[in-house]
Amino acid sequence: MKIFRSHVLVCGGTGCSSSNSAQIRQRFIDKIKEVNLDNEVQVIGTGCFGLCEVGPVVIIYPEGSFYARMTVDRVDEIVEEHLLKGRIVKKYLYDESIKDEKLKALSEVDFYSKQKRVALRNCGLINPENINEYIARDGYMALGKVLTEMTPDEVIKLVKDSGLKGRGGAGFSTGMKWSFAAPNKADQKYIICNADEGDPGAFMDRSVLEGDPHAVLEAMAIAGYAIGATKGYIYVRAEYPIAVRRLKIAIEQARELGLLGKNIFNTGFDFDIEIRLGAGAFVCGEETALLQSLEGKRGMSRNKPPFPANKGLWGKPTVINNVETLANIPQIILKGPEWFRSFGTEKSPGTKVFALGGKINNTGLVEVPMGTTLREVIYDIGGGCPNGKEFKAVQTGGPSGGCLTTKHLDTPIDYDSLTAAGSMMGSGGMIVMDEDNCMVDIARFFLDFTVDESCGKCTPCREGTKRMLEILNKITEGKGTMEDLDNLEKLAINIKETSLCGLGQTAPNPVLSTLKYFRDEYEAHVNEKRCPAGVCQSLLKYFITADCRGCTKCARICPAGAIEGKVKEIHIINQDKCIKCGACMDACTFHAIIKK
Amino acid sequence: MDKVNLTINGIEVSVPKDYTVLLAAREAGIDIPTLCYLKDINEIAACRLCIAEVDIKGVPMRNLPATCVLQVQEGMNVRTNTKRVRNAVKMNLELILANHNRECLTCLRNGTCELQKLCDEMNISDIEYQGTKREAKIDNLSYSIVRDTSKCILCGRCVSTCKEVQGIGILDFTKRGFVTEVAPAFDYSMKDVPCVYCGQCIQACPVAALRERTYIDDVWDAIDDPEKFVVVQTAPGVRASLGEEFGLPVGTDVTGRMVAALKRLGFDKVFDTNFSADLTILEEGTELLSRVKNGGKLPLITSCSPGWIRYCELNYPEFLDNLSTCKSPQQMFGAIVKSYYAEKAGIDPKKIFSVSVMPCTSKKTEANRPEMEVDGLRDVDVSLTTRELGDMIKQARIDFVNLPDEEPDSILGQYTGAGAIFGATGGVMEAALRTVADILTGKDLDNFEYQGVRGLDGVKEASVVLPIDGKDTEIKVAVAHGTANAAKVLEAVKNGEKEYHFIEIMACPGGCVHGGGQSHVSAKKRLEVNPKSKRADALYELDKSLPLRKSHKNPEVIKLYEEFLKEPNSHVSHKYLHTHYYKRDSYATQEQEEYDKLMEKLK
Amino acid sequence: MKSLEELKKLRDESIKNIEMRNTDKDVRVVVGMATCGISAGARPVLATFVEEVAKRNLNNVSVVQTGCIGMCTYEPIVEIYAPGKEKVTYIHVDSEKAKRIVSEHLANNRVVVEYTIGSEN
Repeated sequence: MKIFRSHVLVCGGTGCSSSNSAQIRQRFIDKIKEVNLDNEVQVIGTGCFGLCEVGPVVIIYPEGSFYARMTVDRVDEIVEEHLLKGRIVKKYLYDESIKDEKLKALSEVDFYSKQKRVALRNCGLINPENINEYIARDGYMALGKVLTEMTPDEVIKLVKDSGLKGRGGAGFSTGMKWSFAAPNKADQKYIICNADEGDPGAFMDRSVLEGDPHAVLEAMAIAGYAIGATKGYIYVRAEYPIAVRRLKIAIEQARELGLLGKNIFNTGFDFDIEIRLGAGAFVCGEETALLQSLEGKRGMSRNKPPFPANKGLWGKPTVINNVETLANIPQIILKGPEWFRSFGTEKSPGTKVFALGGKINNTGLVEVPMGTTLREVIYDIGGGCPNGKEFKAVQTGGPSGGCLTTKHLDTPIDYDSLTAAGSMMGSGGMIVMDEDNCMVDIARFFLDFTVDESCGKCTPCREGTKRMLEILNKITEGKGTMEDLDNLEKLAINIKETSLCGLGQTAPNPVLSTLKYFRDEYEAHVNEKRCPAGVCQSLLKYFITADCRGCTKCARICPAGAIEGKVKEIHIINQDKCIKCGACMDACTFHAIIKK
Repeated sequence: MDKVNLTINGIEVSVPKDYTVLLAAREAGIDIPTLCYLKDINEIAACRLCIAEVDIKGVPMRNLPATCVLQVQEGMNVRTNTKRVRNAVKMNLELILANHNRECLTCLRNGTCELQKLCDEMNISDIEYQGTKREAKIDNLSYSIVRDTSKCILCGRCVSTCKEVQGIGILDFTKRGFVTEVAPAFDYSMKDVPCVYCGQCIQACPVAALRERTYIDDVWDAIDDPEKFVVVQTAPGVRASLGEEFGLPVGTDVTGRMVAALKRLGFDKVFDTNFSADLTILEEGTELLSRVKNGGKLPLITSCSPGWIRYCELNYPEFLDNLSTCKSPQQMFGAIVKSYYAEKAGIDPKKIFSVSVMPCTSKKTEANRPEMEVDGLRDVDVSLTTRELGDMIKQARIDFVNLPDEEPDSILGQYTGAGAIFGATGGVMEAALRTVADILTGKDLDNFEYQGVRGLDGVKEASVVLPIDGKDTEIKVAVAHGTANAAKVLEAVKNGEKEYHFIEIMACPGGCVHGGGQSHVSAKKRLEVNPKSKRADALYELDKSLPLRKSHKNPEVIKLYEEFLKEPNSHVSHKYLHTHYYKRDSYATQEQEEYDKLMEKLK
Repeated sequence: MKSLEELKKLRDESIKNIEMRNTDKDVRVVVGMATCGISAGARPVLATFVEEVAKRNLNNVSVVQTGCIGMCTYEPIVEIYAPGKEKVTYIHVDSEKAKRIVSEHLANNRVVVEYTIGSEN
């Protein structure tokens, strides 16, 4: 095996890819060949490093230099200075990664120091398109151990003991789910990986699929052994083409090495995996709608019971697990349940991956042990809100979750604590909001999404969410009443209690949590027709500042005759007459008219 | 079956363990509200009206589960009438209404609408939500069925019926969320898709989102027109259901009152399709014998169900030559009325307006098939459904229930029991066998009830040993009802698994008695009474009560042959009583080629 | 892959390449790779160190290059940093000497005194 004296790791996650990281990688390859270093330096495309805010990211080993916000035109300089002459180009480094002229180890960088990468352990480190690199990281050893040393029941017990819970949002004990499917007798059982990550802003699963696809394949095979399934499907959303490509390559490579297919490790165990693409429906991330879609039907949720573990795909016992849940499995098998329980909390052991977004300095992907507080994630890892703005709220769980406030910053992150506080873990989306976000508008944003994505089968979700959205629109347009707030809450509770599936049952959460913690904002919209955060367009008022020269242009142009003032004196807008057309602001050459 | 004990609203019940809480509640005298529930056809818990508070051995179930799919469990405690449940049900019902075209007063289902009934019973007094509604589209381009999205409540009963019961599936949920619509593919009109107009979707629909296209005013106009001589024929199935329009029990035989009502409505002559049913037997029986003896195309398949004919033309064109060339009784009747009858009565056939009352919606399309005319005269001018007749009788303020029994007019009104049983599945087959058996044996057989072809099994098989040219031959027959069962039989014949001489196929499950035009029986009522068997029973009872029970004994039919047709399958018969069929494209649009290519790729 | 043993073999081979991507190492071998170093033949020296370290699975050793160390006449120069120990500077290193330095100094903790800068004097 050829040993290179230097490795150039170029992030190939979707975020960096959309910022030309593929070109950067190619330029490295070309330039390195130009200067005849191609026998000494290896260029590797990896999965997501996590610090998407400073992408495209390039890390060069053995020094561990963390080049941030890379562009193609910086590549030549780095090759000549760093790779040829050994002089790290400090001006291109991520400034948090260097202190007193010395490079910090990645684990000391603020962003990473509080993280514990378990599900993401290989992301950013290995080339996901080379199975050997996965194997170098103990890849498929867990599968080997399971097939040669353990019985299916022992595997289930191990996973149960680890306390691993579903990372897709429901938080159901993974071991228990497997234990429901295992005893059912059937001529065929299935393992399905739910890779239809639909929450807006969530990219945890995407990063695992793009950066470490083999972990998912290995885990599925282990699950298959545990419950007696010989066939697996990965249902991945079509909007993740890079993930689909990497999965295809991974499956091919695994098959070539006999790690998928018939008689794995000569133990008589067969397991193979096929990919199925979603078609743009958020509801197909819900497990029963996913099953319908896999069966070629319209993605509409089924009633439970029967549960998929008993009657799933084609009526056969089926286990459906989330990508991140699966990514934890090989480690748990190799290192044991006690190791997994050694971090996290008692009821929620292990780690959780979060996609940190919104008004935060360090947007990106983080993985922290359960029990880490929101404050640590948002401030220590995330770097707090940019531009000196005040933190206002954090939304966890996507359109199914709720908003938490400054009061909750010290809440430890685990399934129960977040639910008790009125939100939920969800799949890991974490959106930070500052003083410039309107909470009513936020609730409206998430509800808009749910209304669009509802499958349309059951009355409360199909009709109720639409009516809720109509009320929220009314409120943000300044036409809401206190009765509307009442109706909103009643509708929300009804939809929560009577919807057929998880989508409907959780759709009202953003509304309910913002009503609970930010009622004053709702009341300002309703009673004062004012949007405190200055977001809701219809509630904004136009004001003339002291910069006014009294040129009377605005008064003349106002179609409602709402501006009064004498020549050379500061004019005033009569709010009662103002129709908010904005013509005055457009006309003013002194920028003396503002909107707030 | 093991029993399970549970408590519903404080009442203890013990029910089989495969019961749902909904069915168990009925045992406790509680009728939990439902809209999307249609037993064995559509049990999808979508409307969320059947919800209740449930706990199992003291542990409450999460949220409010739907009782129509919740299997009973020992120790379950169900409460359907708490404030929480009442409010939730009311809210869901109001949400449905908020997106519904509430023009009840002018709606065809006024009085028979299941949503209307629930609103009345559930004390709905106010609808909070005044927002947007679904886009209202009315598709009334086909002759038979009207689709109205403004009234649809997305219960899915029509989708399941067309897909699972009929095996056709031209309706499905399209789009998503609030704008979800039940529609044919690509939002085409019902006239451009492989719909067979059997109207089972109408029977499934709790509201007026799917309804028949009505022609009542055309008939009133004809009756009022002094120039027109309006004759009416009534199908066997009608008399078994018409009474239900006036509150009589399901399956009451109201033949006499029906005739009386028709006469009072102003029809010039009230005849009976049962007459031409007998006529059909003569023609088709002869056709069968001819094919059997002369090596003609077998199996012979009946052709009186226009839904089946369309299904064959669209999906099994390879069986077109197996179809009997006979027209349906409705069409035969019309052809005879404007030729034989017109001549005998001395009426200008152009002045005859031929109306039929059918349990069927597909007959409206059949009556409009271009080839269904002779010498430029349409066999049937208007085909009405049982429901439309009921509406006309009500509009004329006739006290139907208390009418005296009256007899249909001659010379096209007499019928035998064999004609009467056409309305039940297996009826045509039995009628045919009665005649064919007599012809082949040369005797007037005493044993002529064929129980083997009766009943509601999807596919029924029977065989009769009869002498053909001196040799005893086993005549093998099959009866299928519902197009999904038709497919089963045809596939079996296609791949050589089965061999038959004669097959009766009816598009509607249960036969004509459950056609798309029959009186509506609500989903809840169907839990108590089976309209298919009740109405069929009425016809078999009628058959038993008649003096003549074999088609070839019908004196008026015999006279028709003597005076006009000469003999079955004669040249004259063929002119008036026989027809042709055509292969039809599934989606009658320019995209047919694209569709075919796609189907090939998917194979 | 017919057995777990085969997998282990593949892993052990592949691991050598991955080891590089880790800065958590205590011992640093710094090879001067400025123009003077390179023209004096530092390239093959660097390659040899990398190979030999990998061959011996010395996972706590990182081999890095650096710019001009300053003592250009002594190139190729290799400095070895270890925690708690004094820096050791080797001069006029070539591939052969590199191999010895790895096997004696890095693997067995015995400085090869005769190659160091001090011994010149």
